[in-house]
Amino acid sequence: MSFLSYLINGISLGSIYAIIALGYTMVYGIAKMLNFAHGDIIMVGGFTTFTVVSTMGGNPILGILAAVVVCTVLGVTIERVAYKPLRGASPLAVLITAIGVSYLLQNVALLIFGSNSKQFTSVVNIPALKLADGQLSISGVTIVTIISCIVIMTLLTTFINKTKMGQAMLAVSEDKGAATLMGIDVNRTIAVTFAIGSALAAIAGVLLCSAYPSLTPYTGSMPGIKAFVAAVFGGIGSIPGAMIGGIILGVIENLSKAYISSQLSDAIVFSVLIIVLLVRPTGILGKKIHEKV
Amino acid sequence: MKMKSVKNKTTIQNLITYAIVIAFWVFIQIWSKTGHMTSLLNGLLVPICTYVILAISLNLTVGILGELSLGHAGFMCAGAFSGAFFTKAMADVIPSVGVRFAIALFVGAAVAAVFGVLIGIPVLRLKGDYLAIVTLAFGEIIKNLINVFYVGKDSRGLHFSMKDVASLNLEADGEVIIKGAQGITGTPKASTFTIGIILVLITLVIILNLINSRTGRAIMAIRDNRIAAESVGINITKYKLLAFTISASIAGVAGVLYAHNLSSLAATTKNFGYNMSIMILVFVVLGGIGNIRGSIIAAVILTALPEMLRGLNNYRMLIYAVVLIVMMLFNSAPKSIEMRERLVETIKGKKRKEAA
Repeated sequence: MSFLSYLINGISLGSIYAIIALGYTMVYGIAKMLNFAHGDIIMVGGFTTFTVVSTMGGNPILGILAAVVVCTVLGVTIERVAYKPLRGASPLAVLITAIGVSYLLQNVALLIFGSNSKQFTSVVNIPALKLADGQLSISGVTIVTIISCIVIMTLLTTFINKTKMGQAMLAVSEDKGAATLMGIDVNRTIAVTFAIGSALAAIAGVLLCSAYPSLTPYTGSMPGIKAFVAAVFGGIGSIPGAMIGGIILGVIENLSKAYISSQLSDAIVFSVLIIVLLVRPTGILGKKIHEKV
Repeated sequence: MKMKSVKNKTTIQNLITYAIVIAFWVFIQIWSKTGHMTSLLNGLLVPICTYVILAISLNLTVGILGELSLGHAGFMCAGAFSGAFFTKAMADVIPSVGVRFAIALFVGAAVAAVFGVLIGIPVLRLKGDYLAIVTLAFGEIIKNLINVFYVGKDSRGLHFSMKDVASLNLEADGEVIIKGAQGITGTPKASTFTIGIILVLITLVIILNLINSRTGRAIMAIRDNRIAAESVGINITKYKLLAFTISASIAGVAGVLYAHNLSSLAATTKNFGYNMSIMILVFVVLGGIGNIRGSIIAAVILTALPEMLRGLNNYRMLIYAVVLIVMMLFNSAPKSIEMRERLVETIKGKKRKEAA
């Protein structure tokens, strides 16, 4: 029974990683950049909900909406101010700029909220589900997290495959130049990608803080890195890959925490990543690109 | 004839780099002799040397070899712990701190080099962002493993454990040297600014000579076009691994220097996590990828900058972040490069008119 409960908690943690990883993977697929600041958007989402719910006494739903709006606007603004001028520059320059943005967000949060960790009140008020005569208890947050992950995944896949904007995204990720020639506004497509990625990060932030209720300016950085690992794991640029990668990562992390060592769980997660990449250098669902001379 | 002048040019450039480092040392010596040195600045001198060495060594991987590595702090960590371990474990055998420190530098370099080879063999098959994330993962693994590592010493020899102090089964007079997450305490403070500068100079000699050698040219050929390099008979794996290992072992030396500047050494996210690797990468990128002198200057300025801004308290890291973003935009944005070029041309044009 305890194995099942660890497994379900792992899937729940993995769902959060998966939602964050979707943002990473979409931005990578379309803008070909590693958005290191993505993890800090999660933190901004968490703090926005915290401010609305705990400080202003607002409704949790209102808190989530506020987080989504703030993060979307923030994501688009960051793209516009910091990344757009660097289009066509070396990938390393963009990477360092993203790191700069990450520092900036962390330090602004540090100035506003201080370095002490804030107690986040969970936005989910569903009682825990008790199965098998109360031996297996699944908390409300866990259920909500897994369900929202499935919903987001379905919506996103439909959006990409059925709408014009989604098709434009696919086209831009395939070949930017050809997409421009087909009359696709590349800049707008990239902006929309950032908006969606940031909105997902906001939701992930709220879910993460509901499950692990302590909030500091650095809350987002480690989950951000792990989600990035998950995206690479599943094959960066691939949306189902991000999903699978996130969930596998969460399950491995939780099970190794439970059965091997809590201190070594990160090392185990990273070792699995390395082994997967050595066997399949482009991740589980990544496309193989042949090099031309 | 032309070849010779090119060679002379690089020699002169290299001499300038050495001269800058020596001039910096002389300047600091004069400054401290005349009593202008604050304790804050004094405490910054050895870290500056450490970061300069790290930046130079990472530039070998990123700039010369052309592969992005985000795990440099891991090698530094390996060097720091093995070096500090050696100085503590050999305290009875070699009484002189100086000699122990000198040998520790070699131990740190060797251990980091071993890690470099172990990591390099599987990892260097990957490319680009995949290589970056795997090196990041390795850095984190090294840091995590050291945090659960216990080593003790008693009359029966060394004892290792991955659990806790009790499972080391030490004798009553035994001494715990590496204490898991608490790390190593009581390392002698042997690092000085002069030693740091000497190590910087040695690093420079190694790296600059490597770049201008046959090996260095082979490495750069791989960076510029892997397939072309392979087709003229350059052994890709060998040279890649060589550059990566040298880079790792120099980072190990920096780690030893770092460890002997602190009385207690613990592997935390702050000093050996991926944040540190990223900070070193920032030095390299801002100094100019592949430009060794630029790395040195960027490392000195960016290490000193947050400390100089200490008066601004909470705003200092904020300013640091803004400076970083603005500098990247100014340096690398295609529009800003175009604007600068136009500006240079206008100034040149004016001069030409004046001359005419």
